[in-house]
Amino acid sequence: MDEFIVRALIAAIGVATIAGPLGSFVVWRRMAYFGDTLSHSALLGVTLGLLLGAEPTLGVIAVCVIVALLMALGQRQRLLASDTMLGILSHSALSLGLVALAFMENVRIDLIGYLFGDVLSVTWDDIALVYGGGTLVLAVLFWLWRPLLAITVHEDLARVEGVPVPLIRIIFMLAIAVTIAVAMKIVGVLLITSLLIIPAATARPLARTPEHMAVCASLVGSLAVVGGLAGSYFWDLPSGPTIVTTAAALFAVSLLIRQILTTGQR
Amino acid sequence: MQLGLAPALILGTEITVSRGGSTLLDSVDIAVTEGEMVSLIGPNGAGKSLLLKVLLGLVEPDAGQVRRRESLRIGYMPQQLMLDPTLPLTVRRFLSLGGPVSTERRQRVLNEVGLDQLSERPMQALSGGEIQRVLLARALLRDPELLVLDEPTQGLDVHGQAEQMLLIEKTRESRRCGILMVSHDLHVVMAATNRVVCLNHHICCTGRPSDIAVDPGYVALFGEHGAGHLATYHHHHDHVHGADGEVVDG
Repeated sequence: MDEFIVRALIAAIGVATIAGPLGSFVVWRRMAYFGDTLSHSALLGVTLGLLLGAEPTLGVIAVCVIVALLMALGQRQRLLASDTMLGILSHSALSLGLVALAFMENVRIDLIGYLFGDVLSVTWDDIALVYGGGTLVLAVLFWLWRPLLAITVHEDLARVEGVPVPLIRIIFMLAIAVTIAVAMKIVGVLLITSLLIIPAATARPLARTPEHMAVCASLVGSLAVVGGLAGSYFWDLPSGPTIVTTAAALFAVSLLIRQILTTGQR
Repeated sequence: MQLGLAPALILGTEITVSRGGSTLLDSVDIAVTEGEMVSLIGPNGAGKSLLLKVLLGLVEPDAGQVRRRESLRIGYMPQQLMLDPTLPLTVRRFLSLGGPVSTERRQRVLNEVGLDQLSERPMQALSGGEIQRVLLARALLRDPELLVLDEPTQGLDVHGQAEQMLLIEKTRESRRCGILMVSHDLHVVMAATNRVVCLNHHICCTGRPSDIAVDPGYVALFGEHGAGHLATYHHHHDHVHGADGEVVDG
């Protein structure tokens, strides 16, 4: 097997593993659109990072954090519904990123790679980033698991019971931002949310506890990246979209299984 | 801080909250003393839940202050639980979200609210009444000195309401905790309550339930019909219902 496909597998399985538990929380907290908005703003982060001569990953994290804070502020106003607010932020951030990129004449970046991912060209440095960031995110989720679940179930109740709700929410948003930053090169900003949400939704009928669902989501995600990379390797398909298509196919199969199981019970 | 004979568990003075130019709570005074059961009643949108949130420290009042007895343990039962269907959560796990609980203690509290068989049931498979009881169980696990209940009978039929009130009354007797409860109708809370506070942005009247029913402030708020309805309401209990709704020998 070629080394590039080994690197791609290692990187993509790393991303899928982080995406399992984090994506489960995104689904439980109904934050799919929120995740989409954050990942769309990531491209602006890349541009800013390049402009300032900094590491693009740092630029992505910085912009994601700013957008997340803007969204937290936006939730307080009553003028617009929050999905309208997210829609405005999401598409303006994406467009702003593309416009800013167009102004940078002397920089040529692989735009399609950033939008849809280019897992076949990952380097060992990228892999170190995925596993470093991933370990951090998973450690934080592990450490804050119970308070995170508590605020997911009922925020006011958690606050009365002494959970520092705003702090936990901010840490959770930071975890999403870091994940987007490290996953961007693998699946691209347009497809990151699907890797968070589809495996989690696929794992739901298989799981009886929150932890079980998180682990299943990681496994489903890993299966999807292996399938997607195989398709990419053997039939020369675009890697990011093939991974997402495989995940969607697994989701359809899980729906079918659930259907059969529930009819069988009657 | 003294109020009457028993020391106050929680005391709110001149609480005022305004939002978007309208005053939602206007200089509200409220207190719950040890072992006392106070019912907060009023029409929809009167600011009852908001007042609870101020007392619980969830909402900062624009004016006024809340004093709690030092290291007061509060058990809070929120109005409703919006659980996403994708979250696989059993009753047992739900109860442990407030902190680790021993099996023995959890089973004791589940027994107390009559749900001892439902520990492994997914939360989404519970009926409205069972969810209310699970919420009460979670509040009780904190060993509260003050129970704060936001519409504990909401969404239940007349019979379920009576059952729920009986359970709350029993809880107060066995645990001797203070209870502050929100309800939108007086007749539901009548029997068990020491003191009724009638709220419509400001406090209209306060006193014993039987006095409230004929208070001009109450009649003005709920109309003759509401007051008349109260006078004819009787609920007799000659049997007890189990958690599944079946009549059991009581």
